[in-house]
Amino acid sequence: MTTARAAHRSPRSPVKLAATGTDDRTDASAFRRRQRRRSRLTALAFLAPLALYLAAFYAYPLYRNLDLSLRDYTVRSFVAGDAPFSGLDNFRTVLDDPTFGPAMRHTMIFTFVSIVFQYAAGLALAVFFNRHFRLAGTLRALFLIPWLLPLIVSASTWSWMLNSESGVLNYALHLAGVAPVNWLDSPHWALTSVIIANIWIGIPFNLVILYSGLQNIPGELYEAASLDGASSWQQFRRITFPLLRPVSAITLLLGLVYTLKVFDLIWIMTKGGPGDASSTLATWSYQLGFGTLLPKFGPGAAVGNILILIALVFGLLYIRVQRRQEA
Amino acid sequence: MKSRTGKRRYTVIGLVLTALMLFPVYWMLNVSLTPQQDMRKSPPDLLPLHPTFEGYRAVLNDQMPYLGTSLLIGLGTVALTLLLAAPAGFALAKLRPYGGGLLGLVLLIAQMIPGIVMAMGFYGIFLDLGLLNSWWGLIIADSTIAVPFGVMIFTAFMSGIPGELIAAARIDGANTFRTFRSVVLPVSRNAIVTVSLFSFLWAWSDFVFANTLDSSGDWRPITLGIYHYIGNNNQEWNAIMATAVVASLPAAVLLVLAQRYVAAGVTSGAVKD
Repeated sequence: MTTARAAHRSPRSPVKLAATGTDDRTDASAFRRRQRRRSRLTALAFLAPLALYLAAFYAYPLYRNLDLSLRDYTVRSFVAGDAPFSGLDNFRTVLDDPTFGPAMRHTMIFTFVSIVFQYAAGLALAVFFNRHFRLAGTLRALFLIPWLLPLIVSASTWSWMLNSESGVLNYALHLAGVAPVNWLDSPHWALTSVIIANIWIGIPFNLVILYSGLQNIPGELYEAASLDGASSWQQFRRITFPLLRPVSAITLLLGLVYTLKVFDLIWIMTKGGPGDASSTLATWSYQLGFGTLLPKFGPGAAVGNILILIALVFGLLYIRVQRRQEA
Repeated sequence: MKSRTGKRRYTVIGLVLTALMLFPVYWMLNVSLTPQQDMRKSPPDLLPLHPTFEGYRAVLNDQMPYLGTSLLIGLGTVALTLLLAAPAGFALAKLRPYGGGLLGLVLLIAQMIPGIVMAMGFYGIFLDLGLLNSWWGLIIADSTIAVPFGVMIFTAFMSGIPGELIAAARIDGANTFRTFRSVVLPVSRNAIVTVSLFSFLWAWSDFVFANTLDSSGDWRPITLGIYHYIGNNNQEWNAIMATAVVASLPAAVLLVLAQRYVAAGVTSGAVKD
């Protein structure tokens, strides 16, 4: 950070020196202005590919999606592109749909339960790995694996582990004397199953961010606290947790934004079923648009746009918190 | 501070926790080696005592084209991402462009847009352009996952390149493009490696775009290869898990390499103050 700031300042200093002579002054500032304008034009040239790309492959798909949600599409008019404008009809259809309530509720449960457990486990592990024992670095690296695996790999592995007849999890329950659970096939347990898998995937992300946050807490604080006779729990409650609050806020908000849009995992494990027992806004949107032989693109896009709105609320909150921390 | 036995206790606990966390990965390996007739045995074999390679033989027979496509799409995504993100990162870090702050905000927000929404938008566009079921259409779609991340990594990294280094190149008469190519890019190797590894991994792992935009073409990636295996009625779980193991290899490689590159950290070598 310091080097960056110094770098910005250095080109200006010769100009400041020149400013002592009055004659040089106008010349120098004109030169400086010309220089800066040229540098800004060059900057545009370097940014132009990205700007075009963002317009074509971010803004335009989003516009198409908005357009989809505001028109009355059928498969035929989707191909022909002449669907009539229907205002907010698709949104009304979606809000009146009996699936809307459950999908919204499942999205909330899925998101909040996932991030609470991911955060708690991530924090506990970060504190644990901060004790600098032998192999700590290697083990911490191994904890990243679930996060790096393709989601289809994690999802199919969990599907088989949660298989009601031959899954290893039910075998473990059997050893513990608990009756087998119909994880993925019963409406009662499907949402819990995908939440369990999602927590597993999300722990590494929380661990990494919180661990790096712990590195910024000065060690002297702990030394002073232990001289005063504070127990490890007291040290955690009075030093670690309060000082980690900014990092925690960032972690939780980012986790929220990313968990809201989880799709692959649920789709691969349960397709949102059975019935709509584990369907969230993300899977329902996809189900409407691509999951049936008779696609309902309009309502599907409408659900997608509702999801974007929710994600943006938390996303902007995240940006606000982050900006305030940097200031 | 702590006694040595106390520290050793931590190592033991750490090993147990890691073993618990990685149990699903172990189970994937174990199932991939389990003979089909033992698959539904109760209790299941906790160790692959009678390993079979029929699962991996199935991968060799069925999945090679899918793996090839994923490799192609991954490499294509890396190239496209670097081409777009590295110059943009340089401009944002060093050239102070108009609207640079706004662009940074746009990139942050872009990362928050759900993949299914993008997929739905792309579906309509690709249908119009006849890009459905093509490998390069999928490269374009997959790059949207990595480009905002790439620009942010390059911006952060290149902000740390000392201004003297760039000023020196200027004094030697290099224009901005020359400076970028022969001074900035070489010292940004770590950022290039990091962005490449992650964009490859994300393209390799992509399921949403593949399933939406490329579900029936000749060029389908490995994620769909696994998905179709699962969808088959005679589910051969050793073949599914063997494919999963093979599909996980890039993640394993990334873990080894990224460890090294992230640890190598910010450029500190090029100019000494």
